[in-house]
Formats: sequence, C-alpha cells, structure tokens
Amino acid sequence: MSNTEDDQPDFARYEGEFGAGEVPVEYEIEDTIEEHASTAERIVSTLKRDKLAFLGALVVVAFVLTAIFAPYVAPHGPEQQFGFMQEPLSESTGDFNGDGQQETVTHYLGTDSFGYDILTRIIYGAQISLLVAFATVAFAFTIGTALGTTAGFYGGKLDSIIMRGIDFIWAFPTIILGVGVIAVLGGLGWLNVVIAIGIAFIDDFARIVRGEVLSIREEEYITAAEAVGMSDSRIMLREILPNAVSPIIVQATLMIPLAILGEAALSFLGLGVKPTTPTWGLLISDGRQFISQAWWISVMPGLAIMTVVLAFNTLGDGLRDALDISEQEVN
Amino acid sequence: MWRYVAKRTAHAFFVMWLVATTVFVGLRSVPGGPVRAMLGQEATPEAVASLRAELGLNDPLYVQYVDWFASMLTGDFGRSITSSESVGQLIASAAPRTISIAALAVTLGLAIAIPAGIIGATRRNQSADYVATLGAFVGISLPAFFVGILLAIVFGVWLGWFPVVGYTPLSEGVIPWLRGIILPSIAVGLPYAAGVTRMMRSSLIETLNEQYMRTAVAKGVTSRTRLYKHALQNALIPVVTIAGIQLALILGGSVTVEIVFGIQGLGRVLVNSILERNYPVTQMTILLVAGIFVFMNLLVDIMYTAIDPRIRYGGEEA
Repeated sequence: MSNTEDDQPDFARYEGEFGAGEVPVEYEIEDTIEEHASTAERIVSTLKRDKLAFLGALVVVAFVLTAIFAPYVAPHGPEQQFGFMQEPLSESTGDFNGDGQQETVTHYLGTDSFGYDILTRIIYGAQISLLVAFATVAFAFTIGTALGTTAGFYGGKLDSIIMRGIDFIWAFPTIILGVGVIAVLGGLGWLNVVIAIGIAFIDDFARIVRGEVLSIREEEYITAAEAVGMSDSRIMLREILPNAVSPIIVQATLMIPLAILGEAALSFLGLGVKPTTPTWGLLISDGRQFISQAWWISVMPGLAIMTVVLAFNTLGDGLRDALDISEQEVN
Repeated sequence: MWRYVAKRTAHAFFVMWLVATTVFVGLRSVPGGPVRAMLGQEATPEAVASLRAELGLNDPLYVQYVDWFASMLTGDFGRSITSSESVGQLIASAAPRTISIAALAVTLGLAIAIPAGIIGATRRNQSADYVATLGAFVGISLPAFFVGILLAIVFGVWLGWFPVVGYTPLSEGVIPWLRGIILPSIAVGLPYAAGVTRMMRSSLIETLNEQYMRTAVAKGVTSRTRLYKHALQNALIPVVTIAGIQLALILGGSVTVEIVFGIQGLGRVLVNSILERNYPVTQMTILLVAGIFVFMNLLVDIMYTAIDPRIRYGGEEA
C-alpha cells in the first residue's frame, strides 16, 4: 500500500559529496544535514539488530506460509480420521494413502475426540486465522484512516462529530461489540466475523491518524500545497498520509495479534466462522469438555495461538522502537 | 472539581443513551426484523403476526422507542423468549457471578501488576526486570479462555485443588465462593495484569528520569521516599487510564472464561441468548455490560481528580 520511495526523499544521501553512495564515516559526524533513513531501511536495520523482533518476523513468515500452503504442509487431510484421543507422539498404523500397504504415521500433537490429527487441524486453522486477521486489520485500517484523516484535516464540527462516534465505539469492549454485531448480522461467515472484530479496531486507527494529521497539518509543505491550489483529497492522500505512515504500520502490526485473539474468542464462543471449519478457537472449544481425558486437544491449538500472537507482538514492538514511536502514541 | 465530575457523569449518561439507542435500532434492523430472526425463516405468517403484536412491533418506531425506554426506566426489562423468566430475573442471577469474577480479577491483576511494574522499573535490565517484562509480554499474548483451560487442567484436573465447573454464591460462605471463582479470576486477571505491568514499568521509568527526581536526590531524600512519594504518584496517572481502559479486557475475558468454567454469568447468558435468538435478553445484557464498562471508566476519571490536581483546578484535556 505504501510506496516507500516517495515516503521520505533521501536528499542527504543522493546529493552527497561522494555521489550516490556511502558517505565515509569520518564525514558523517560533521554532516550538519540530518540524515533520515527511509521507513523500509529502518525496519530492515531493526530486524538485523533486534534478535527478538527478527525471531518474531521469522515466526510470522512461517505462519503466513503455513497458512497459504496448508494442503502441502499438513501431514494428513483435514477430514482424515484416526484413533480417538491419541496422545501426542503416538502412532497409527494402517493404509492411509490407499496404496494397499500398511504404513505407520506419527501424530506429533495427538488426535482429537473425532480422531482428527491435531497438527493437521491446526495447520488448516491457520488459514482462517490469517485471513480474518489481515482482513480485519485492512477493514479497520481503511475506515479508521479515512475517518481520522477527515476529522484531523477539517477539524471543527465534523471533527467533533466523528470523534464522538469514535468515543462511542471505544465504549464497548471488543468482544462485547463483536458479539453484538454478530447478533445483528447473524454471524457465521468470515466476512461477518471480520466486520464484528474490525469495528472495534476502527477507533484505534482513527485516533492515531487524527493525531498525526493534526501535527502534520501545521507543516509548511501543507501550506505550500494549499497555496499552489492542490485539492483537499490530494493533500490528504499525497502529502499528509505518506508522512503519517510509520505509526500506522506499527499500529497495524500490533492490531493483527489482537484480531487473531478476537477471532479465536468469537469462534471459541461458537459465534465465529462456520462451526465445521477448524479454527483455532473452535479446536480449543471442542477440546474443553475432554480436558480430564485428553488435555492436548485444547492445549495444542492454544499454544499455536500464543506462538503466533507472541511473534506478532515482538515484531510490532521492534518496529515501534525502530520507527521511534512512543508507547503512549500506539498501544 | 465538582464541575468536572458533573460533566463527566453527564457524558457517561449520554454515551449510555447512545448505546441503548444503537442496540434498539441495531436489533430492529436485523434482516427480516427481530421476529423473523427469533422464529426462523420457516415461521408461518400467523405466528409472525402474533409475535409482532405481542412485542408491540406494529406500533410506529418512535412509539416503540419511547415505550421501551419508559419500561426500562421503571425496571421492566421484558421477558425472555425461551424461558418464562423475566429478563430482570435472569440478569439479576447472572450479574453477581460476572461481577465477582471481574472484581477478584481486577484485584489480583493490580496486586501483581503494580509491584511487578515497580520491580521492572527500579531494577532495570536486571534479571528481575527480565522476568517481569517477559512475563508481561507472554501475558498480553494469551487469550483469557486459554489461560482458563490451562488452569482448569493443572489445578482442577491434575491437582484437584479447585472445582473445574460451577459457581457457589457468596451467601454460602466466603471460602466456597472464592474456591469457585479463583481460577476464572486468575484466567481473566493475568492478561489484564500483563497490560498494566507494561504501562506501570514504562511510566515509572519515564518519571524516574525526570529533573525533579534528580533534585530529590540532591536534596538528600531517601530512595524509599523518592520512589513512593515523588515517582509513584506521578507515574500512576497513565497507569490509571490504562487500568480503566483495560477493564474491557476483564469484561471480554469474563465472557469466554465463564464458558470454560460453566458459570452462568452475563457472558454465558449473552452468548446463549444470541445462539437462541433471544433478543430481549441479548439487548439488555449488551446494555448492562456496556454500562458497567462506561461507569467503571467514569469512576476512573473521578479517581483521576484525586491523583492529578491539574484536573481539579480546571486544566481539562483538549
């Protein structure tokens, strides 16, 4: 979405004494022009420096790839059944690929009460998690940024009306708002889940963007843009937003784990995507009644949620430090 | 100060009125209306007509709105559709459970978070800080219902210390009541504690770096007084905000955790009412939960004036 090239023009570097290359270290200290790395450069250098954020990024990439290539990664089919409630690392022997020969397969995370391989179900569950999480953040991002930019740019009456609405969304706890939206929309279906969770996140984006816009509005280049007769929408989209992109990126990264948790909670409650689709929340909920016989049915998908959410949080924290955004601004 | 409190209270009531109106309009904009939703798509036209009449849905919208509001103000919250209980009774039996869990969760959460945050900030980059920071980081990544399931497995099933299912009212004794809600409260309170710990730590670190802290050292104030009198009072201000906003986490967490522990609290009532399309119950539970949240935050705002004199003397936020 963001084009990093026109993000922050890097004059200092391109017009340096040594041409479009590196400035030797000894000169850099005396350089009075403040040098700004581009957003992308700062992210890359953070990932190189911050081991935890790098680890988080690795897990995030692994999670995304697993979700996309679920059918190739998963050891079995999502509907393939084995013995009921087999322990983790237990084995099943039988003809599973239909070649007429007996083979032994290991259930690394055990099987559930229907005899499904839990690792397989978790891998397929990652698809819904990923889809809902990204779609939710995209939804909240689009609406929240639009509202926040409009409110911050025009100010006055429009600003107070929009911010009242935002306060109102804030008055609901995420899950309660989500559950309420599901009650109205009828639930069941990933788009409804996206709207239900996404609405609760609009206020976070709107607030941050509005704050950024309010400060950027006072910059001279905005006055200049107005003076040359740029249209309002062009100023907002081409002049203001690219300069407000850092906190938005951090906020989005920190919202994804919240969306994953929200989706998991809704499907745990039975109000998420179709009850037959294996989502992580639903897997935990299925295992709940068997905790005395087979603890692993609930615990394994729970650990999956924890790992992915933890990874996104470490990455988000790393980005926040990299882009130098205070914790008060984004959290 | 009283002007500020009055203004805040008025605002809270305004938000509640907005919430109520939205719930009213929202549930009436369900495709096919609430009656279709309640009876299902296959209902006969006669059944639909009679239920519409019974619920007063044939009146003009503004009449329904005024009626609904008037009956709510007189304490008549309507009847549950699936059982003979009134919504008022249903909520009266569910609310104490949720409130018990939430109250214990907040208490436990703050009892963990504030010391942990102080330790993290005062022993910065020592092993105690790493434990607190890492713990808080894992804590914000855990859904409450998963913590609940882990606790139920370890302390309920394996160790057998606490019941895995059910709730005992406070009237039957404090100990049985506590035994019933301790695991759910920890499950709800841990993610809450994690969020507050992070805020406490970063806010206290910021305060400890202030100029006036150096002045206090120069004056020869003891480190204990410096921490508790000078730093903490100032560091607590943003913590109180977060502690209030994060109450959403407590209420939301309680909804899922009640299902883990089979406690018939507001969360369970709400979810069941949605699954059964029991609209009168749904709208009142949503309203009540939102109300608890709004008024807890009002309380937090008022507490503010006690901690931060700047608000008392008219310096209001923009």
